[in-house]
Amino acid sequence: MTRKLLAVLMLLIACMLAEAAARGAELQAPKQVVAGASLTIPTTGGGGATFYLIGPAGTIKRAIKLGEEIRIKGEDLRVAGRYVAVVTGDNGGNAAFWVTPAKVANVAFIAQPSRLPVALPGAVSGVVYAFDHFHNLVYEPQPVKFELSVAGAPTTTRTVATRDGVAWTRMDSGHKQGAAQFNAEVDGISTRRVVQQVAGDPCNLRMKAQRTPKGIEVETDPIRDCSGNPVPDGTIVTFTSVDSRGTTTVDARIKRDVASAQLPAADRATISVASGVVLGNEIRIGGAR
Amino acid sequence: MSGKALAIAITVATAVLVAIGTLWPGEASGTVYIAGAGTSAFNSNDSPETTVHSLFDNVRQHNWSRAYSYLGNQNEVDQRDFEADLQGTNDSLRTYSTLEPSDFRVLHQSSDTAVVRANLKWATAVGAFYETRDLNLTRQGNGWKVIWPSGKQPNVPPQVIPVNYLRWDVIFRGPGDDWGAQNVEAPHVRITSMKAGDSGDSVIIMGEILNEDTVPAFVDVKATLIGNDGNSLGKENSFDKISHTLLPKEVSPFRIDFPGVRLGDVKSVRMEPNSSLVPASADPVIAVEHQQLQVDARGKHVLQGELVNESGRVVNIPHVIATYYNNQGQVIWVADGYVDRALLPGFPMPFGVAVPDELASQVHNYRVIVNQYSQGKFLQ
Repeated sequence: MTRKLLAVLMLLIACMLAEAAARGAELQAPKQVVAGASLTIPTTGGGGATFYLIGPAGTIKRAIKLGEEIRIKGEDLRVAGRYVAVVTGDNGGNAAFWVTPAKVANVAFIAQPSRLPVALPGAVSGVVYAFDHFHNLVYEPQPVKFELSVAGAPTTTRTVATRDGVAWTRMDSGHKQGAAQFNAEVDGISTRRVVQQVAGDPCNLRMKAQRTPKGIEVETDPIRDCSGNPVPDGTIVTFTSVDSRGTTTVDARIKRDVASAQLPAADRATISVASGVVLGNEIRIGGAR
Repeated sequence: MSGKALAIAITVATAVLVAIGTLWPGEASGTVYIAGAGTSAFNSNDSPETTVHSLFDNVRQHNWSRAYSYLGNQNEVDQRDFEADLQGTNDSLRTYSTLEPSDFRVLHQSSDTAVVRANLKWATAVGAFYETRDLNLTRQGNGWKVIWPSGKQPNVPPQVIPVNYLRWDVIFRGPGDDWGAQNVEAPHVRITSMKAGDSGDSVIIMGEILNEDTVPAFVDVKATLIGNDGNSLGKENSFDKISHTLLPKEVSPFRIDFPGVRLGDVKSVRMEPNSSLVPASADPVIAVEHQQLQVDARGKHVLQGELVNESGRVVNIPHVIATYYNNQGQVIWVADGYVDRALLPGFPMPFGVAVPDELASQVHNYRVIVNQYSQGKFLQ
């Protein structure tokens, strides 16, 4: 029992001596430095030694004179993370410190989609990554102001704090078509993306028909979506005429808000109109409308 | 059986067959025209059949003057029109075709007149193209002459056709753009209907795809058949059984064939509609007029109609894709066919697409779209 106590005591004394020795070997470096800031580490003793700085992005080796301060330039401390400074030799030592990101200088803003129909709830997503001047992710919480605006319509604003350097939001697409400006601002740094809000499916598709010397001319009313936006030019509108000679179809393109086509002459015909999955009205020529 | 015995057996069987063929020759119902039999064309006008045979033999060998000499109505048909009729114009599919072995059959013959049906087979880049012509012949002197249909080749008069359709150009993201900068969004497309069926020894996947976006899309549909054991039975795409370029809100049928697979072996189908943004033009507009389901001269069901090119540009190779629906509006078949003549502005061009006879009674409605291949050239 006594021998065991003696062994434990000896072990404790050895640990204390080792810790004291280690303390003697520690370099005096700050625990935390902002990325890009220079740093000095004092040394003791005399003669030459080798200094190593081991960081997350590389290692620096330099010959130094003990007793003089070691100057580490800001450009060597650009990457955030844990660094270890080591001085070799009898009077050497080591120190570990952290380089933290500087203030926000760059904002990476991913906005999706780049094009979407109007009036879709939660369809626009924006993700912000906040970086400092040296491309370190700034993981201290930062308020991010998201703004989605299209000319002639009210702006939608939302503020979200970053978490671990990232903030995201979902917003509804507006009711007005056009190039919506999607802006994200962090600490006075803003980045803009453009989200093209386009008209949705045609709403209340209607056409009129009249006989002409060449046949039957059909033309739609101005085609708009359910929010009142004109459906873009080039959109396909299919006119179908069924008469005694068979079925005739024309895939007309919308031009200046309307689509028109020339159908073959017929005494009696049933004409219908459709665009995509949207059906319009039906007209009977030569019979009751 | 030893090799010697086998040789004797084959020799005896050959001798027996030769004897049977000599003693009881079969009656051929028509003349089979064999292409490539020698370099000189067959030249005879002793009978209606040999006259037609000689005409097309010379056509095959591009002896146009010689072929033209078999016509009995040269005062009505210009040699250039005759050549254009058979050889095609305006970079149409016919201009890339070669006449293959064909057969001729006398439908009717009297002492002075005859009708010969020529079933012509043209080899093209998109497969064999069959054409049936019923030719009238008259006896002139000691021989027979073909009365060639005197249809003049359409000729569009010089004119200016204003075209102001939309065109879409695309600028994609470049290598110098920031990380996080957007690229242009791929068009949103959706399969609106799909059906799996079988035909012969193939499984057929068919349906319709819609471009629900406001920009043109280049679309393709791939399908993977999953077997009862969970493994893939095959993966195919729609190839040319689809209209690849879809304008906003345009709908195209698609059909994917899996030859050699039985429908009973298929547990599920995995569909992959793909789309990408492409520059496109809203031109040309092709009207499909007077579509009707009919039965042709061979008793086959076909959907026939006329294509009218409403733009000012020649459509060199029109490709017709037809979707057939049952009385519940479901797609029951998708068929396609190429037209071997160019579509000139304003000139109706007849077309025909086959309908499987077993499905003809179920067809309640149909829709035809026209794919077009144009070389960007104008009238030649």
